[in-house]
Parts: sequence; C-alpha cells; structure tokens
Amino acid sequence: MAATLPPPRLLPSGDSAITVEFSRNIDDAANRRVLALDRAMAAEPITGVTETVPTYRSLLVHYDPVLIDFEKLGETILALAQRPVPATTKTRRWRIPVVYGGEHGIDLEDVAKTLNTTPDDIVARHVAGDYRVAMIGFTPGWSYLSGLTDTLHMPRRQNPRLLTPAGTISIGGVQTGVQCLAGPSGWHLLGQTAVRTYQLHRDPTFLLEPGDNVTFAPVDAKTFAEQDRAAEAGEFIAEQIAT
Amino acid sequence: MSKLVIASIGPASSVQDGGRPGAQRYGLVPSGAMDRLALAAANTLAGNEPFTAVVEIGPFGAKFTARGSAVRVALAGAPRNADIAGRAVASDTSATLADGETLTLGFARGGSFSYLAIEGGIAGEPMFGSLAVNARAGLGSPYPRPLQAGDELQTKAASGAPEQRIELPAVTDAPIRVVWGPQDDEFADDTKKQFLDSEWKISATSDRMGYRLEGPVLKHLHGHNIVSDGTVNGSLQVPGNGQPIVLMPDRGTSGGYPKIATVISADLGRFAQIPAGRAFRFRAVSMPEAQVEARKFAALLRTLPERLRAIESVDLNIDALHDANVAGHAVNAVDAGTWHAVTLADIAGPD
Repeated sequence: MAATLPPPRLLPSGDSAITVEFSRNIDDAANRRVLALDRAMAAEPITGVTETVPTYRSLLVHYDPVLIDFEKLGETILALAQRPVPATTKTRRWRIPVVYGGEHGIDLEDVAKTLNTTPDDIVARHVAGDYRVAMIGFTPGWSYLSGLTDTLHMPRRQNPRLLTPAGTISIGGVQTGVQCLAGPSGWHLLGQTAVRTYQLHRDPTFLLEPGDNVTFAPVDAKTFAEQDRAAEAGEFIAEQIAT
Repeated sequence: MSKLVIASIGPASSVQDGGRPGAQRYGLVPSGAMDRLALAAANTLAGNEPFTAVVEIGPFGAKFTARGSAVRVALAGAPRNADIAGRAVASDTSATLADGETLTLGFARGGSFSYLAIEGGIAGEPMFGSLAVNARAGLGSPYPRPLQAGDELQTKAASGAPEQRIELPAVTDAPIRVVWGPQDDEFADDTKKQFLDSEWKISATSDRMGYRLEGPVLKHLHGHNIVSDGTVNGSLQVPGNGQPIVLMPDRGTSGGYPKIATVISADLGRFAQIPAGRAFRFRAVSMPEAQVEARKFAALLRTLPERLRAIESVDLNIDALHDANVAGHAVNAVDAGTWHAVTLADIAGPD
C-alpha cells in the first residue's frame, strides 16, 4: 500500500467554510496538493460543498452547514487529501504576449538597476520561465504564477501603488502574475498584455484555470495595440499550445 | 411598462440580491445583500422569491416615483421615516404607490441598510445568475454601479394584493458571535482575550467591501504578512496597524493578513446593520454552536411566509411606525456624510 501523505491542517473559516492548509509558505509541493485535492473534490462531489477556492498553500472549501457539518466534511476532506498526488495530470499550456518596459512596464529599468543588469536581461529571464497558475484571486482574473527564476526574486515595493493598469505583468517576492483589471498593487511592473483573463460576454468568461501552464512571448508596442483592440472585441489573444 | 424612477438617492445604494457564488476560484466575489434576512423579508412581503433583486439603500434618504402604473413595494432592514404622498409606511410592511406617487425615505435609524423590494422584481440581465452590483468587476444590472438620481427600475404593475406586515424576531444588541480562526494561532492568548473583552466601534470609513473596527490595537505574534489564502464574508483580518477589518460581501476573494476570527453566518446581517460609532462586543462560540445557529437562521429564512400578517387597521400601522422611529440611535446627516470607501489596498495588496 502506498504511504499516505501528511494530513493538511483543517482551519475553521466561520461556520460555512474550511481552510484546508497544506503549508504556511509558498511551496510548490503544497500547491500541487491543493490543486490535486481541488480536482478530487470536483471529480467526486461531496453533498453540501458549494464551491472550492484554491490558493498557493490551501484550499478554501465553502459548504452549507444545513447539509453537512464541520466534523463530517473534515473527515471526508482528510481522506481525499492524503491520497498520493497523481504524477501526471493533463494541463493546458498558454502563450501570453507581453510588451515589456516603457509606459507598459514602468519598473523594468529600476528592477534591472536593483539586480545590476540590463532591462533586456530582465526580459530574457522572465520570458525563459515556465510558469503554472498557482491561484486566481483578489480581483477577477488576477492570476498568480509560480515558477519565477530565483534571479528575479525581489521584495515587494515599500509603498504599494493604488492604481496599476489592466493587463499588468509584474513580479513580487517569489512570484509573477497576470493582472486583469486595473487596481492596487505592490509588485514591480515589467510589462503589459492585451490578454483579458476575465472578460464579460466572452465564452469562456475566465480564460485561465488554476493549474494551467503559462509562458510569455515578447511583442512590440504596435503589436500590443493591435492585440488590445482584438481582445476588446472578444478574441483570446493568448494561444493555447500543444504540450 | 411600469417602473420606479429614482428621484434622489444617497451613496452606498445599489441593486442587490442573493449574489453570485460559484466563481470565487477565478477571483470573482459573490457580492449580494449585506443583510440577507432583511432582503428575504422585503421580498416575502412583496410576494417575490426570497433572494430576488431589490434596492439596497445606504444610510441616506431616497425618493422613488411610480411611473406607468401603480407599483407595489415592501420595506425591511434599517428602520427609517417613510411615506407615500404623505401616507406613513412602516418598516416590515408592503405598500402601493399609485401611478405618479412618490415614496420618500428618511435617514436610516438604528441601522445602516434598508431593502426596498418591488413586487415582480427588477427587470435586468443576470450575470452569473445575479443582478447584484459589483462595480469593480463591471457587474450588475440594470446598472453596473451604485444607483443615482434619474435611474429607472423596470418592473410589473401592482397586482392589487392586500398589504401585509411581517413579524420578525426581535432585534437584539447581544454581542456579535464569532468562531476563532483560521489564523488565531497568529495571536497570543492575551490578545484573543483583549479582542473579546474590548468594546469596538465600526469606523465611518467602511463600505460593502469591509468594515473597519476601532478599538485596541491587536498585536500579531509573527508579523502581519501571511501568504494569501481564501476569505469569506465575516473574515476578521488584522492588518499591520492592528485595527481589524471585517470582510463584507464585496471583499477580495483572497487576502494576505492573519484572520483572528470569523463572524458566524447567522450574525452577519445584524453585524452589517450596526451603525458607525455605536459600541458593541464580540463573543466566541464553538463550531457546533455556530452551526446550530446557521441551521436556525436557514430555517427562519425558509419559514418567512408563515410570519406574514394582514394589516388589520391603520392604528397598527401607526404603532409600527412609532416603534421604528424610537428604536435605536439615529444616524444623523453628519454621520452619514462621513462614510468613505475602504479601498482594495486596505484589504490587502496582492502579495
């Protein structure tokens, strides 16, 4: 019999949700277990569970306490969470075009200075990465990616900006991300994509799923402007590529 | 077509319903009414399904005019002076505006949000099954933003059904109940005791995203940054300044501050109605107790139609109005005018 994995911590989030915590840190192995539990709960729905929300290190399970209680749901989740993580799961892979630097990535030069290199080298490091959507959260479509090279790890800004543009591609700490809507951010802004990870009246409304793989491809400002118009009209712009 | 035209309305007023759960994994928060009992009570009075879209009205006054036909409405939630062309309308009752008549609502008294249900509902295009406004995500119908003077809400002509009142459980100002967690281990036992032993007030800088609390500074054991995890309505986040923010229906779906406790679901509406500046306390309960209360609350929502009563006489109506006017502490124009939005950055920048 295969050895069972260590159990996650079951943390109460009120009377209608459980935080299933695999780690306190940003941890790739923990994130894989989060996503595996999320898939397992989708494949074998538990009566009373209303939705699941994966994050880097935990799965938030919303449920209806009229239909199932904390103890019973906790036992069921623990059993599912200790199954071995499947070695291979079929995931989608996306290529996302990015215009780096200038008005589209106002922090690129500062990041290069801080890391004692050139903007081109920062772009090369960022484009070389093979990323996975670890979680989507905060605001619609804000996709947090794991897999950032440690040569781009940087503390967040001391003073978060109150407004950063829609489509911003940024780095913060050990992560990189694709931001969909304009909003506050404390990360370093490297570039911008025309891809809307969230767009109303488009099918699908949400382009990326937790667990999807992502790579970035540099484009020039003119291409970005064309892609932005096409994206506004409902095109995906992000290409799904063969894995 | 029958409609209610908004002649005037204050900030923090929007179309809300039961919300749009199901897409939190994509960062889309459900939104929906701040006080679900009041939402369901207003709809039940108006003959609608309990979570039908209504007008959620913030602390200021508002005026609505019926056009095209008579329009039947019902009012629940925070009490306020209300009249239709000079005829008093009590809280927790239905009433009908003749074509051209205006419903005038005063400031909220002893609460923050009132709910105006319209018989036949509000016509709109559901997005993810809901008309609820979430301005940040561009969602909501007929307007994806808070309501303004001049907006029109299309509905059905009044059916002529007899007016009713609803008998709701007495409003209590007992402590707001919480369960500890998910990150209460980020706080010392003394800090948890301080949280329960202290009086708290809701800051005027609060909104549908979050209510800031004013009270003692709660110290973290290991700093205020945690790796983001999921949030729920009622999550009690403690940011770096030690002043908790209770996350409300327009919250971010994830946050990076430790959450010491969570308001139980049965008390969320009551908590949402506490006016800015009024002192209140928290009480910790066990998970089994919180879940018993959640089931009782669900049963209350399910059995609201059994609490409908005929309005027997004008006298009764006046009594109810009188009760409403003396209940609780009035929110005056100055209080209401100090309301400001919580910004996303206050809740937690993405880490």
